[in-house]
Amino acid sequence: MTPSAYNLVEIRDLRFAWSSDGALILDIAELVVNSGQSLFLHGPSGCGKTTLLNIIGGVLSPQSGQVAVLGRDLRQLSGAERDALRADRIGFVFQQFNLVPYLSVIDNVTLPTRFSVARRSRAEIDGKTIESAAIELLDELGMAHVQRETVTSLSVGQQQRVALARALLGAPSMIVADEPTSALDSDRRDEFVELLFDSARAAGSSVVMVSHDRELGDRFDRVVDLRAINRAGGPA
Amino acid sequence: MLLRLAWQSLMNRRATVMLTILSIACSVMLLLGVERVRQESRESFLSTVSGTDLVVGARSGGPQLLLQAVFNVGFPTQNLSRTSYAMIGEDPRVNWIIPLSMGDMHRGYRVVGTTTAFRDHYRFARDQGLQLARGAWFANDAEAVIGADVARELAYTVGQSIVVSHGAGEISFVHHDEHPFAVSGVLAPTGTPVDRAVLVSLAGVDAMHADFVGAAEHDHDVTDPLAAAMATIGGPVEHDHDHDAHDHHDHGGHTGHDHDHAAHDHHDHDHGAHGHGGHDHDHHDHGHDHGPAHGEPGHVHDETCNHGHAHHEGTGSLSALLVGLNDRATALAVQRMINTYDEEALTAVLPGVALQELWAVLGVIERVLLFLGAFVVVIGLLGMLSNLLGTLDQRRREMAILRSVGARPRHLLLLLVGESFWVSAVGALVGLGLLSVVMIIGTPILEAHYGLHFALTWPTPNEWGLLTLIVIAGTLIGLIPGWRASRQALIDGLTPRL
Repeated sequence: MTPSAYNLVEIRDLRFAWSSDGALILDIAELVVNSGQSLFLHGPSGCGKTTLLNIIGGVLSPQSGQVAVLGRDLRQLSGAERDALRADRIGFVFQQFNLVPYLSVIDNVTLPTRFSVARRSRAEIDGKTIESAAIELLDELGMAHVQRETVTSLSVGQQQRVALARALLGAPSMIVADEPTSALDSDRRDEFVELLFDSARAAGSSVVMVSHDRELGDRFDRVVDLRAINRAGGPA
Repeated sequence: MLLRLAWQSLMNRRATVMLTILSIACSVMLLLGVERVRQESRESFLSTVSGTDLVVGARSGGPQLLLQAVFNVGFPTQNLSRTSYAMIGEDPRVNWIIPLSMGDMHRGYRVVGTTTAFRDHYRFARDQGLQLARGAWFANDAEAVIGADVARELAYTVGQSIVVSHGAGEISFVHHDEHPFAVSGVLAPTGTPVDRAVLVSLAGVDAMHADFVGAAEHDHDVTDPLAAAMATIGGPVEHDHDHDAHDHHDHGGHTGHDHDHAAHDHHDHDHGAHGHGGHDHDHHDHGHDHGPAHGEPGHVHDETCNHGHAHHEGTGSLSALLVGLNDRATALAVQRMINTYDEEALTAVLPGVALQELWAVLGVIERVLLFLGAFVVVIGLLGMLSNLLGTLDQRRREMAILRSVGARPRHLLLLLVGESFWVSAVGALVGLGLLSVVMIIGTPILEAHYGLHFALTWPTPNEWGLLTLIVIAGTLIGLIPGWRASRQALIDGLTPRL
């Protein structure tokens, strides 16, 4: 499977509810994002953005419909295989509290390589150690000076950059960012999106981002309003 | 990898985790302590009798005889005669005999009359013989060899003059001051009751009592208040001086025993089980002695007044014999020969068998204690379980983060199992450390009061086994919060709905 032979995300006839008899949260006829493209999903809070990211991440399974991520049909994968796909090929950045509080900055950044051999071996290219690769990334994000600190001593903006470094380490195929800027002020917000794009491009990773803030979508190849494609009404 | 993560996670919550570890450590210390006391006492008992093939005494129970003759617990209530001693010594199957004459104390330490056979044949631990740390063995009836503990605790050394008290107490009102002994030697530590004994020659014991009887005869009215009182009343003072001395002795012995009883708890067992009956009997008979019926024909002086004071009859009778055989295989035959001896009612016991009987009795208590110890460990581990389960809810975001960076549900399960492993393993090791500390502090006390020696040793395979079992049980308990964490993670996904 060559990189160009699959779509980044391919969703058809997706239906999702929290329980089999509960209200539908998502009902999406089609959403296809080509490989190499970036996707920006926006919509108000509670319209199902995060749920959709969980489905794309292989953590939640829809009641029906087809979901293919990075060319792999999630329905045909076992739970363990979905976990492996996520561990090996997707990096996540969340709204806030991204970091494990009892680990140092450097340990947080290298955390994915503890669970994924693929991430580890990709991080170790060019004779780098996991640590030196992590420090390099932190340096690119202007965070090298805090590498030994505890994460609780960092500002929210610093924490988000550390989370970004962690998502990028080992060059996953896709970076999924869920409202990564909502805890930042507006200056920091644009700066962070710039960083996200530049570093993702450098790592060769595609970006999928959701936000309620439509303005952040300027640099994305595909901008989708979830309300436009989701036939299910959002939950109260 | 997950173990390291588990450790880091625990360190993040170290305040509550420390408490959990401490409670497990205390429970482990208790369990190991019970186990160690059990092992060490067995070991120490066994090593004490290691070289002896038969223990011979007057007719009594096997464990009782062993306790009295070898472990200095209680005093024999009956004695055996020199005739029997000679008879056994003449048997060709017998290699050596250590005669023991007990009944006197020096400041709470047992004075044992014996012969140089003790020096030559007494064996402890793995066939170790007695060694003198200083000085020489007693060469005459005015010299004594003292055990290592006696020397250390009383700060005695060679040349020290000691006065033996009559009777078996730490405090006695009757002293054999007329026949003091000089310490001629100090034994090296053995870890057996010998450390707490004062060894003198049989002749020394006889001389001491001969002197005493002589003194009593001279100062009749002064030294024997009972006789004086009876003389005043004008009762039938028809008993001879020798008899008076006996009454006096018994009085002293009686007082001593009462004191002994209070100071040494471990004597309770002996008194309750066997010794007490014997003493009661004696006391009862003594009541008759003192009363008007004193002179009645049924009164058999020798039997009722013995009290374990073999020597003061002047016949030099003995409390017990330790017998070594040329061939251990003949032990049963020699035992039968002694047990069926016509001239005197004797008991010969195989020390190993008597110890087995003793353990059979004590085994129930041991098992109860071990069970209680194990139960306390279970409580400690349940404390850990509640601690881990209680924090799970606060850790849902942590679990979600781990999920997002690639942790699978089984990783979360292993993370919590790893945490419970650390808590129980550290708890077990801290417990082991605590036990060592307690033993360092407590061993001198145990030695002083019970003569039990606890070497501060590396844990035995048995103890490692227990520790391993505890850690395995503790680790497995982690499966419960682990299972819950992995279930919760599947429901929460990457974003816990808090």
